[in-house]
Parts: sequence; C-alpha cells; structure tokens
Amino acid sequence: MRPLRKRDVLMVTRGFSSGRRPPTDNDARIPPGQYLEQGFPVLSAGPTPRLRTEDWSFTLKHGPRPIKKWNWTEFNALPLTRMTRDIHCVTAWTKFDTAWQGVLVDDILADAGIAPPTAFTLALSFDGYTTNVPAKDLLDGKAMVALLYEGKPITPDHGGPARLLVPHLYFWKSAKWLNGLQFTERDEPGFWELRGYHIYGDPWREQRYTGDP
Amino acid sequence: MSEASAAQSPWQTARITRIEKRTPRVTSFFFKLSRPFAHQAGQHVDVRLTAPDGYQARRSYSIASAPESAGTIELAIEKLEDGEVSPFFHEVAAVGDEIELRGPLGGHFIWSASDGGPILLVGGGSGVVPLMAMVRHRTMRKSAAPIALVFSARVWDEVIFRDELIGLDDRRDGFDLVLTLTREPAQRASDYSRRIDAAMMVQATERLPKPPTLAFVCGSNAFVSAAAQALIDADVPASLIRTERYGI
Repeated sequence: MRPLRKRDVLMVTRGFSSGRRPPTDNDARIPPGQYLEQGFPVLSAGPTPRLRTEDWSFTLKHGPRPIKKWNWTEFNALPLTRMTRDIHCVTAWTKFDTAWQGVLVDDILADAGIAPPTAFTLALSFDGYTTNVPAKDLLDGKAMVALLYEGKPITPDHGGPARLLVPHLYFWKSAKWLNGLQFTERDEPGFWELRGYHIYGDPWREQRYTGDP
Repeated sequence: MSEASAAQSPWQTARITRIEKRTPRVTSFFFKLSRPFAHQAGQHVDVRLTAPDGYQARRSYSIASAPESAGTIELAIEKLEDGEVSPFFHEVAAVGDEIELRGPLGGHFIWSASDGGPILLVGGGSGVVPLMAMVRHRTMRKSAAPIALVFSARVWDEVIFRDELIGLDDRRDGFDLVLTLTREPAQRASDYSRRIDAAMMVQATERLPKPPTLAFVCGSNAFVSAAAQALIDADVPASLIRTERYGI
C-alpha cells in the first residue's frame, strides 16, 4: 500500500475490502492507483498496422528537417542494449520485469553525430500517432527504440517492428510502430495529450489526465 | 489544457439509484452524479473503490447512457470472475451506495450527432456499451445520421440492450441493427451466426446509404483485432477506424 498523502481524503467504499487484490510480493513497485497484471494487455486508438521490416525506416528530425534516416538493416547495426523494466499503463495495470532489447536514444544521437538540439521531442509513428517526451527523459540510458521483447521480434499488436520504450512514464508515451523522433522547440502535445491525457505522465505522481498535479 | 481542464474531471461521489440486470453476466448500474457533467457519447469514467485499510482499486468503465440523460449515468458492468472491481459491483453494491468516480474521460472514441454520418459501429460483447451511448445519443437528438451497428454476442441471451436495440431497429429511421451470434443460430432473418468477417463488413457497409465516414470498433483485444482487419479487408480505410480494446 502506498503511504497516504495528507491531502488524501479517503471515502471508504461500503463492503469493499482489499481481499480480492491480486497478490504482489512488492507493493513498493506499484505506483498509486495501479494493479499488478500478469498478462500484457493491448491498447491502441486504431487498427494494428502490419509493417514489413523491408518497408521500415526511422528518421531523426529537428523540426521538419531530417537529420538522419536509417533503414531496418542500418538501424539493427547500431549498438543493442538490454532493458528490463516495470511498465505502467494509464488504464491502471502495471507489469513487472518486461525485458526489451533495442537501441538507446543516446546511441541513435551518437550515430547521427548530434547533441540534443532542443529540450523537447515528439515520437512519430507509422499510423500518425504522436506523443511528446522531454528530451531529458530519453537520454542517459532512460529510453530506447525497442526491437525485441523477451528475446523475440516485437509482435504487431505490441508495436513491432519497433516501438519507443520510456518505462518511467505511463506507457502511452512508449509509442508503437515508431518511425521517427522529432526534436521540437516547444513541448507540443501529441495524440493523447490533445485528447485529455497528461502532458508528462509520471505514474508515481499519478499524472493520468490533463491538469493532474 | 491545464487547470481549467483539470477542474472538469475531479473525483466526485455518485449514488447508485438503480440496478438492472441486462444479461446473465452484465448488470447496469445507474449513478446520480453529485457534480453533473455532460459527456460525449463513447467516453468513459474511472471508478475508484477504497478499502478500510486505504487500499484503492480503480477501473475504467464506458458510459452507456446518452449525454442527454443529464445528471445520471449508466455503466453496464460485466462480471469478470477473477476481477476485483466488477465482482464488487455484482455481489456487494446496492442502491443508495456512494461510489467515487471521475470523468468524463477520453477524447478519441467519441461521436456527436453534429459530426453526422454515416457511421459504422462494431461491438463484441460488453464492447457494445460505448456504442450504445452513440445510438442513444442519435435517438435523443433525433439525428438523421445513418448508423449501422454490428453486434457480436455468443448467444441470444447475452445480447446486451437487446429489446431496446431491436425496438430502435424496428423504427427504420436510419438506424440498422445487425446481430451475429457466435454460438447459436441467428434468431432474426437479417442476422448472422458466425464470427465477424470481411464479407459481413461489406454487407454492413452496404446497409448504409454511403460509405461510412467513421467506424468505431470496441471489444476484447482479440475481437477488435479481427473486426478491424475485417473492416480493412472490406475497404474501409484504416484512418477512419477508431478502436477501443480491453483485456489481454
């Protein structure tokens, strides 16, 4: 159980007990309002694109200007890093120890030979989805473009061939079917951020919806 | 975007005013809001239950009622045996109980009569709930927007809102109901008895006077994946298809 904050005013629900709570061996790993999920639910705003790796590409941009573009083979030649992390979906499930391999955003910038040109980014997807993430949340090993999940290619439902992985933010920030990363001058709200979801999305501060503190 | 928007969906208490069993596994709960809001058809609320030890469980539930039913919302909740929130509603919650919820939430899976049509709705099981809000909204607004609803259920007795939907279908006013039962023979001449496929989606779009301007698909993940693919195979552009999924 999380420590109660002073401003919490609890309204106990008649007849509800924590007895049905899914078991967990580690409450401290579950952010407020989340429950532990063993499966891996799928959520998306539209149909699942079926992308062939031969048609896949990833473009790094500064504003509208492309800085560098990689095809699938070129991108897979970049250094691969493993990340095993807990992930937190805004629909309230948390999944422990998801194991990914991919290319750190640090390594993408290094391969392009640039330092972050601005403080903000938009992740771009093949289906038109976008989500904004501050540059600092992508650097210093905090985020990657994931290519493998549990050692296997990421399935289309889960965002394959490649998805962003920013595990310390709610999982809508980890854009599926990624095809680019764009540095922006301002913090520009993406798809869900324009539709009522929080501009930053820290699960530990429970920043689910627009304006949550 | 910020403080003003935040003030629109704080936690509030809502009192259960009516409970109505819809099918063997789905029951509707009607909540009188302490802070009434006008939602858009297709939106959801988050519900939060609090145990005496401070433990809280929260889940999202789509609103089944039309935006016009001001001040009261209907949530149609399916009982999931291994759940922690839906069994509470089915086994414990009673008329008069106060429940915490916040909303309305969600800004993509929504339709307003002013958006016009034609619209194609595809629902599986309790995935029909947000689509029902759209159908009811159309009726309340006396909208002429053509809507076809393809609703897949396992058996006749699990067709949520069955009498109401068939009643609306019988008006022949531009709302068209297509039922498909996956584990029983069809009961009406125009219905099906199989899983949703591209041929069914082609025939559903043919019931509309023009190709749909939007398609909304809601249900379990497996259902939505199959139905969205069936729509694409029926030449509905992927960019017009909006999905909402639940489960694994």
